[in-house]
Amino acid sequence: MSEVITESTQKVAARSRPPWGRILAWGGLAVLLALLFFGLLRTQSGGKRIGARAPEFTLTTFDGQTYRLEELRGKVVVVNFWASWCKPCEQEADELEAAWRYYQPRGDVLFLGVAWTDTDKKSLEYLQKFGITYPNGPDLGTRMAQAYRITGVPETYIIDRNGVLAYAKLSPFLSIEELKSAIDPLLED
Amino acid sequence: MRNNQPLRDVSPTRRMTAALLWMVGLLLLAGMTLIFVPQASAQNPTPPPAISDDQVNAIAKEMYCPVCENTPLDVCPTQACAEWRELIREKLAEGWSEAQIKQYFVDRFGDRVLATPPARGLNWLVYVIPPIAILLGVFLLYSAFRAWRRSAPPPAQASPPAAGSAPASDEYVRRLEEELRNR
Repeated sequence: MSEVITESTQKVAARSRPPWGRILAWGGLAVLLALLFFGLLRTQSGGKRIGARAPEFTLTTFDGQTYRLEELRGKVVVVNFWASWCKPCEQEADELEAAWRYYQPRGDVLFLGVAWTDTDKKSLEYLQKFGITYPNGPDLGTRMAQAYRITGVPETYIIDRNGVLAYAKLSPFLSIEELKSAIDPLLED
Repeated sequence: MRNNQPLRDVSPTRRMTAALLWMVGLLLLAGMTLIFVPQASAQNPTPPPAISDDQVNAIAKEMYCPVCENTPLDVCPTQACAEWRELIREKLAEGWSEAQIKQYFVDRFGDRVLATPPARGLNWLVYVIPPIAILLGVFLLYSAFRAWRRSAPPPAQASPPAAGSAPASDEYVRRLEEELRNR
C-alpha cells in the first residue's frame, strides 16, 4: 500500500515540475521559425517606397571625392546604378550625360553614378568610352545597392531637396525628355 | 747598353706555357660569364607569370558574384563573372595570395561573395542554427517516442483474462465486426 502511495506521489511530483526540456525545444523551434519568417519577408519585400525618406549613403568617387546624402539637402540628387558589363546601361549613358550637362549650370541638381559589382578598370573604361563627366564611384561592399534594394542595373533613383525618394526607374531612360519630366517637377517646389 | 740588349729568345716550351695560360684564362672568363649572366638578366623586368585557368578557378569556385545568385564564380557564364575571374588572374599575376584576393573582393563587394561566410555578426546563425535544429529534432523525436511508449497498451498476457475484462473485450469485438461489416 505504501509502495503504491510512494509511486503516485512521485508521479504527482513529476507532473508538477515544469517540463523545461520541452519548453526549450518548442521555444527554440519557434525562434527558428520566426527568424525564417522575417528573413523571407525581408527577401520578398520590394524596393524602397516612393515618398519615404531615401536611405542615407556615402559615395567615394573614383577620383577620391566623397558625397554624403545628408550633406546634399537642398539639391535634387539623381542616383544611377550601372555596370560596365550591362548593355541596357549603355543605352541610357548618353541621355544621362546630356541631362547632367543641361542641369549642371543650375547648381541644384547633382548626378551620382554608382558602379555596381564592377571592376575599377572596366568602370573607368566605360566612363571614358561614354564621356561621362558627373561624379561616379564604386558601390563598396554593395552597401548602397542593398540600402536601395536594387534588383539589377540600370536603376535610377531621384531624391528631392528634402531627402525624400521622389522617383524610381528600374529600366534605362530612353530620352533626355524622360529624365527632364522626372526632375523638373522637383525643382518647382 | 741596356737598350741594345737583344730580344729575349722565347723557347717553344715557354710559348706552350703561355698558350696554356691564355686558354685557362679564357675558360675562367667563360665560366664567370655563365655564372653571372643569368643573375644579370634576372634583374631585368620579366613578363608576369602565366596564370592558368585552374589557378583562377581554384579561387573562383569558392566565390559567388551577387549578379548571378547560386552560381559559383568559376562556372558562371556572364560577362560580370568573366571580368571578376580576369581580376583574380591579374591579382595572382601580381603575386597576391588567395586570402588577400578574397579579402579584396569582400572589401569591394561584401561578405556575400564568399561561399562560406565569415563567422561574425549575424553570420554566426549560419553555423549555430543547423546543429541546434538537429539537437532539437532529436530531442523532440525522443520525447515523442517516450510518450508513445507510455500510452501504448500493455502487451497481451498469456494468462487468462481477468473476470471483469470479458465484457469489455466482447464490446470491442462487436464494434470491430460492425466496422468491418460497414465497409
